[in-house]
Amino acid sequence: MEIAFVLEKFVFITVIFALSLVVAMYSTLAERKIAAFLQDRVGPNRAGPGGMFQPLADGVKMFLKEEIIPTQSSKFLFIAGPSLAILTACIGSAVIPWGQDVVLFGKTIALQATDINVGILYIFGVVSLGVYGVMIGGWASNNKFSLMGAIRAASQNISYEIPMGLSIIALLLLTNSLSLKDIAEQQHGFNWNVFYQPLGFLIFLICSFAETNRTPFDLPECETELVGGYHTEYSSMKLGFYLFAEYINMFVSSAVMATLYFGGYNYPGMDFVNSLIGPTWGPLLGMGVLFLKIFAFIFFFMWVRWTIPRFRYDQLMNLGWKVLIPLAIANIVLTGVVIALVNKF
Amino acid sequence: MNLFYLVAFLSIFFSLLVIFSKNPVHSVLYLIVTFFTFTIHYILLNAQFLAIVNFIVYMGAIMVLFLFVLMLLNLNEETEPLKPTLLKVMGVVAGMCLLVTLAGSLKALSVSEPVVLQNANLGLVKNLGKVLFNQFLLPFEISSLLLLSAMVGAVLLAKKEA
Repeated sequence: MEIAFVLEKFVFITVIFALSLVVAMYSTLAERKIAAFLQDRVGPNRAGPGGMFQPLADGVKMFLKEEIIPTQSSKFLFIAGPSLAILTACIGSAVIPWGQDVVLFGKTIALQATDINVGILYIFGVVSLGVYGVMIGGWASNNKFSLMGAIRAASQNISYEIPMGLSIIALLLLTNSLSLKDIAEQQHGFNWNVFYQPLGFLIFLICSFAETNRTPFDLPECETELVGGYHTEYSSMKLGFYLFAEYINMFVSSAVMATLYFGGYNYPGMDFVNSLIGPTWGPLLGMGVLFLKIFAFIFFFMWVRWTIPRFRYDQLMNLGWKVLIPLAIANIVLTGVVIALVNKF
Repeated sequence: MNLFYLVAFLSIFFSLLVIFSKNPVHSVLYLIVTFFTFTIHYILLNAQFLAIVNFIVYMGAIMVLFLFVLMLLNLNEETEPLKPTLLKVMGVVAGMCLLVTLAGSLKALSVSEPVVLQNANLGLVKNLGKVLFNQFLLPFEISSLLLLSAMVGAVLLAKKEA
């Protein structure tokens, strides 16, 4: 029993891990294809049919490039930076429920690595840890531009964590649970949280753009001012890790948004479909639906990147502290009042 | 139990490194690792909420600010001014006094009665929330007021400088 359980979790985590890496890998291609589409170009189409092997070619290129470690840098931390970035990006998906319990080979398997009862806070903790990869890398490079990028990243992440946390609090007032599994279950069918928390979702969405350092909040790597930002001195696969971590972060934050606000693996009429196709394919179809939602969010991330120009730094700080935080607090008060009134009458 | 000793050893080891490392940024990084070992301690005690809050607040927010400031200051061994000898002697005397005090208090130490936990799941969010908002509501509210006043004070100080 014990060994079977460990084996089951091991296989499941490996599958999820591989899936998130593959999604992140093909996000790089999707990004370039979408950029090309929005700019009326063709995009990468040389490697394989329609450019399908472009991510592999990029990966090989990254691996084979010369590895340069600046002489004046702090060597251990220089390597630790990108490692930490990719580590924090990967562990975020541990608490996301990918689907209802599925019956496979006569066994009921939970499609979630672990259902800890502080799931949301875990995600929040991982997000807040993510900034260390950037900061350590930027500082260890011993380069002014890298340091500027790292410091921008740190202040941006701290500033946007606050409205993000506050928007989650309003959501928690509704769900009464910190477990992502419970939250996903409560949104059964079409009872999605986004209908009750539209403002909270908007704030969360904006903050996740800032937390993943995506345009219009990509000031840490603002190439017009800072050469390459925190990864100016990086080459080879260590640069690859930073770039890759961004895509994994995007995948995980899309999954979190889909789970918290857009029903996760739930879709209208799922009970009917489940009774039709049985307990094996039903939950797997739910997982497919969740992935569709995730891809929609990833597309949205890319769409915004190629549509909206970058903020100025003071605008970014004003938006975070003077607009989003008051809005998020107002959202909490509003939600609390409405819940109290509903409970009363 | 063995796990506890391993984690306790790591906590002490890294907190010693905080003191002994020459570079202040390295010190802060060791401090972050020390806080991470504290998080593991909380998890071993089945206090999940406290663990994750320690993780978010100390590791994710406060230490980022520490690191932030130290990176901006750019302290190096070369830029560090040499302290006068008098200051060093005073430091040694003060440290010795602390050591004597600690040793004295250690001698007066006796093994306390072990606290028996009423409910093993006390550290879970639900139970903690119930205790906090029923039994300790007044201290909770007062401490939140205290934090608010500290925040207002910090903003006021920052405004004055500008």
